[in-house]
Amino acid sequence: MTRRVRRIFFLLSAVLLIAVFWNGYSKLPPVGALTGTYGDVVNAITVPERHITDAVTAVNFDIRGFDTLGEEFILFTSVMGAVLLMRRQSDEPGGDHEDRARDRVVPNPSDAVRVTALLLVAPTVLFGIYIVAHGQVSPGGGFQGGVILSTAPLLLYLSGTFGQFRRAAPQRLIAISEAIGAAAYILIGGACVALGGSFLQNLLPLGQSASITGGGTVVFIDLGVGLEVSGGIVLILLVYLEELMEEKEG
Amino acid sequence: MSELNYLGYVVAAWLFLVGLYGVVTSRNLIHLCICVAVIQSSSYVLLLSIGYRTGRPAPIFLTIPSNTPAVDPVVQALMLTDIVVEVTVMALLLALAVQVHKRQGTLDPDRLRKLGG
Repeated sequence: MTRRVRRIFFLLSAVLLIAVFWNGYSKLPPVGALTGTYGDVVNAITVPERHITDAVTAVNFDIRGFDTLGEEFILFTSVMGAVLLMRRQSDEPGGDHEDRARDRVVPNPSDAVRVTALLLVAPTVLFGIYIVAHGQVSPGGGFQGGVILSTAPLLLYLSGTFGQFRRAAPQRLIAISEAIGAAAYILIGGACVALGGSFLQNLLPLGQSASITGGGTVVFIDLGVGLEVSGGIVLILLVYLEELMEEKEG
Repeated sequence: MSELNYLGYVVAAWLFLVGLYGVVTSRNLIHLCICVAVIQSSSYVLLLSIGYRTGRPAPIFLTIPSNTPAVDPVVQALMLTDIVVEVTVMALLLALAVQVHKRQGTLDPDRLRKLGG
């Protein structure tokens, strides 16, 4: 298909798509006026019945915890796919891609950047753990906190060398902790079954609202997800940086 | 201002179409990945537009009474996981692009040779 044909085909499809959008939207009330009962019910029960002050976390890890399990495993498999693809393969043609800007000088990060990055490592780890553990109280949880945690080794890379980054985050350890994080979700669900409930049923005492104990199992699932997300993202950073370094050396 | 009340829906449709146009006409696989991200961000806008309730606060009952009507938390929860998953799926797509470049020496989808077995 030539580009011209493709563009015409796109325009025809776009007109069709706009018609579909128009048809759907014209039956919707304006933004802000929709009335979904489900959301209102969740808002009404989240504090009195689940002891969770952040309704978004209540939905994610308590009310529809099983769906989040599926979403977490999309994350897990795509990290696995990326790592597999970036691994040096035996039949891979090497050396046919040359650096076209060989004389380009890559400047070293300035001292100000290096010191700031190094100083930020510890606060970042603390902040990440805080966000992971307090998802049931205020906006946060395993997904957000995990991403914040994964920036800590990246700050180390920024303040030092790739070798230091690799020593601070050995690939094997990161892969294992990612797997533990992913397994924790299923194990928590399985433990609920073993205790006589249904999968991921919140059997722990619901604890105090607006505190770390609120929501029973939620904080444990959050910790598992936090470990998984931070491990997954650090693993991706590792394989990409490794690829870059090999290219530089080779 | 009735037009403004549909703005969220219009922006979502616009992002979807713009991203799709980028995918269809792309000449570079990395550009194509970014276009996929643009398409995906249309789903964020659409979900937030659907969940929004005029004048209501965020569904965090820390400083507001627990019986306050708030915006819909369900779509926000959907979006939250979507964002993190998108990052890793993007990494997977870019890893594919890296492999294509290694094997074929080009990132232009039109210049790719047939897939080898």
